[in-house]
Amino acid sequence: MKEVLNNSIYFGIAITLITYIIGMKLKNKFKLAILNPILISFLLVILVLTVFNIDYESYNQGGKYISFLLTPATVCLAIPLYQQLGLLKKNFKAIIIGISIGVVTSLSSIFLFSIILNLDHLLYISILPKSITTAIGIGISEELGGIQTITILSILITGITGNVIGESICKIFKIKNPISVGLAMGTSAHAVGTSKALEIGEIEGAMSSLSIAIAGLLTVVLAPLFL
Amino acid sequence: MKYIGQLAIILTITFLGEALNNILPLPVPGSIYGFLIMLLCLQFKIIKLNMVKEVGNFLLDIMSVMFVPAAVGLIVIWADVSQNIVEIFLICVVTTVIVMVVTGKVTDLVLRKSGGSNERSS
Repeated sequence: MKEVLNNSIYFGIAITLITYIIGMKLKNKFKLAILNPILISFLLVILVLTVFNIDYESYNQGGKYISFLLTPATVCLAIPLYQQLGLLKKNFKAIIIGISIGVVTSLSSIFLFSIILNLDHLLYISILPKSITTAIGIGISEELGGIQTITILSILITGITGNVIGESICKIFKIKNPISVGLAMGTSAHAVGTSKALEIGEIEGAMSSLSIAIAGLLTVVLAPLFL
Repeated sequence: MKYIGQLAIILTITFLGEALNNILPLPVPGSIYGFLIMLLCLQFKIIKLNMVKEVGNFLLDIMSVMFVPAAVGLIVIWADVSQNIVEIFLICVVTTVIVMVVTGKVTDLVLRKSGGSNERSS
């Protein structure tokens, strides 16, 4: 069994897509935010790997070809933003203030909760860059002396949380303006939140894309101040 | 032909972004440089929208599924992180909600004060 799977990269690709489609079908049927396709796919793939005793390396031989599309996809986030550039220019002040306050809120709320939960300093540093895109987050964690695996985990939990509950949170707190929704999704939950924002609407997607770049760069500058 | 051309442009910009990441000593990943290059190229009409649109939209359309393999990678690092999983999970979920609400509400407030538009541009 293992050799068969090791000999084809398409196993990892197929299982990822199939489980994702199952997630989409479940979501369409029951309309529950928790039945999030990323979350369902993630859990089902882990279930399959565990039940059939397949190791991650075998899976990721194919999985990495899906991950590798993430860099060009992030580059393409400039396309929806370009289409809404007029909106950005018109509301420049509000957008910059919104993202900046979001970034400061992220860093200071992590600081506060680390004190409340009496968290180890090393753990705190590793969680600090959790609201930004993985590539920048890992870099910051390294720079500050954090544990990379913890940083990756925190970024993942954050992104999936934003993707799963973002829409409901915006509804509950009556955040309705598409610019605000987009900035909220992107600043809090980076690219994973943005993939959701793109599903909600064009403006939401464009503003969320913008947040990834600006929040990421701002965090590079501000995170060292929270040590 | 159309799709090959679009793919070529997108992947070339991605490459340029990663090249900048290698050359410049800043903690900025290649994807963000690429994002900025793409935005500038579109803005200054070096690239027209219809030269990247279909393939670009396809990549964005399937973006969500691209996060799955990295998430599954959690099983490799599980042993390292399982000890602190409860605290990490709690902090991440709670602060994500806080940041989302604060960012959204502050933006709403400034938009209203500065009389920003609520309309969707076409």
